[in-house]
Amino acid sequence: MSAVFEQIFQVGFLAAIIRIATPLAFATLGEMFSERAGVLNLGIEGIMLLSAMAGFTAASLSGNLWLGVLVAVLVGALMGALHALFTVALGLSQHVCGIGVTLFSSGLAYFLYRLIFGQQSVPPSIDGFKPVPIPLLSDIPILGPAVFNQFTLVYLAIVAVPLAAFVLYRTPWGLSVRMVGENPRAADSAGVSVIATRFQAVILGGALMGLAGAFLTMAQFNAFTFGVVSGRGWVAIALVVFGRWDPWRSAGAALLFAFVDALQLRMQASGLGHIPYEAFLMLPFIFTIVAMAFMSRNAVAPSALLKPFRREER
Amino acid sequence: MFRLEARTSTPAWFNLALPLIAIGVTLVLCSGLIAVAGAGVIEAYGVMLSASLGDSYAITETLVRAAPMIFTGLAVAIAFRAKFWNIGAEGQLLAGAVASCFVGAIPMPGYLAMLLMALAGAAAGALVALLPATLRVKFKVDDVVSSLLLNSVIYYALMALIEGPWKDTFSGYPISPPIEDSANFPVLIEGTRLHLGVVVALIAAPLCWFLIARTTLGFRIRVTGENPEAARYGGINVQRVLLSTALLSGALAGLAGVGEVGGVHFQVMSDISPGYGYSGIVVAMLARLNPLGVVPAAIFLAAVMTGAEAMSRATGVPAFLSDVIQGTALLAMLVALLFTAYRIRRVGAQT
Repeated sequence: MSAVFEQIFQVGFLAAIIRIATPLAFATLGEMFSERAGVLNLGIEGIMLLSAMAGFTAASLSGNLWLGVLVAVLVGALMGALHALFTVALGLSQHVCGIGVTLFSSGLAYFLYRLIFGQQSVPPSIDGFKPVPIPLLSDIPILGPAVFNQFTLVYLAIVAVPLAAFVLYRTPWGLSVRMVGENPRAADSAGVSVIATRFQAVILGGALMGLAGAFLTMAQFNAFTFGVVSGRGWVAIALVVFGRWDPWRSAGAALLFAFVDALQLRMQASGLGHIPYEAFLMLPFIFTIVAMAFMSRNAVAPSALLKPFRREER
Repeated sequence: MFRLEARTSTPAWFNLALPLIAIGVTLVLCSGLIAVAGAGVIEAYGVMLSASLGDSYAITETLVRAAPMIFTGLAVAIAFRAKFWNIGAEGQLLAGAVASCFVGAIPMPGYLAMLLMALAGAAAGALVALLPATLRVKFKVDDVVSSLLLNSVIYYALMALIEGPWKDTFSGYPISPPIEDSANFPVLIEGTRLHLGVVVALIAAPLCWFLIARTTLGFRIRVTGENPEAARYGGINVQRVLLSTALLSGALAGLAGVGEVGGVHFQVMSDISPGYGYSGIVVAMLARLNPLGVVPAAIFLAAVMTGAEAMSRATGVPAFLSDVIQGTALLAMLVALLFTAYRIRRVGAQT
């Protein structure tokens, strides 16, 4: 048994957890901002895919990875704006619009990718981001090489979690976001523009989803494939609920999922798995559904989630 | 100055006009992509049309593809009527496919096998849909998220089956063993793939319409969706209506999977559904949640899908255009639906 443990728990394992958690953390924070403002964004799966494609294409054509990241973030923000246009400005049903945004964005991603790169037996790849060791910190045993010898985007994710918590809980804008998500009418009487705040939160959320997509095609896989997102957006939806709409808990949930996923990959690779790996992949969804049943008693979801706001309806 | 004004009623011609407007807007918007791909817009849409509806064989292919979307479209339409937000038709379809494939692999007389496949598939889909409905009724769990997340659970369960104990030992690929030959749905026109399940789908639509429009359960479903408070006041057990709706909706989505196993693939593989469950949402919205409208809406999407492949071969425009059309059509329809709730009225200058 100890041999099994040694094989599984190595430096590489810890590093793998961090790498798997990074795109999930970005996506989860993005969805969280959107939902805290009262807007469920089921477009996340498609937004991540389109951003991943756009970022990869920009990086591949220009040779500049950071330009790729910028394009991915802008595309994510743009798709967030589109979702906000439908759900916030026009007040259309959030879940159906979200599915529409996902269908539209993934279709567009596939279409443009095929148009630009044609049909190739081996998908074109790029020279992606390289790990950047942080001096001194990367010399810490075990933790150092795993956490502090990572891609710059990983460090960005590590910084993004406390930053998101700070913005949400300690800034006036964060207060507005929480207000329009909990009680838009009260926010409106307090002089907070519900429409503008929701727009901003959904756009910020989209930008973070774009960052998640960028990580997938420019750091993790260095190529775009049609299955590059493969349900990570839905995982993020689950993690937001599991993390009770809180940046810290959501990031913790992302780490927990990444741990399970990395374990599953290891067991598959080492041929130790008597349990099918799919059982592990199912876990976050099952846990979230069970957690929702328990949480419903002490309502933690933003009260105005899924509810459009129209000023004249008093 | 113009302003939006709430409507109290909508003229009847809206039911037909709105989807047509949405589809028209979609085709105009997507022609931009065809132009970007360097092809003639008229030519590309022309190839699409002739390859999907241009001759009798093409029509049968389109109908074969429409069948699963008629079922998922009905599943979503009925669920949404009761405001049971079933986003899980995809998982219910997969569950139906797995259950019917299990049954279909058991040797027995053909028609008995087909009947039992349909029952097993419908039951499996219904059970999957019952979960989010039960969670909503008993624990007030949001059905949008729970039904959506169940799709992933069912998908991984299916993968675990076909990569594990249920893997076809003969081919060695991650696909299930095939169903018995005698359980294959009969082909109705020789030389085509038009199978019995397509006819069942076409019959299911008017039956669902009858159920919604003319039966007590249908009335309860409509009232529950439109005004749950009034429903409760009127003595309707809203929770029970939601559970019945879920069973019905899940069963219909399960039948979509049955048709794919019995009439098209004869076994289960990971990509047995190219998102037919999600397409069902597009179909239901284009149909304005009317079961009769589901048939033309599903045929439209199916025609776009079959036509896109031929268009791609003829003009080089990527066939993924059909996915863009689907997403755009859904969004365009949602915007068009605004006109049922509001009208634009010109008002005098205000100070």
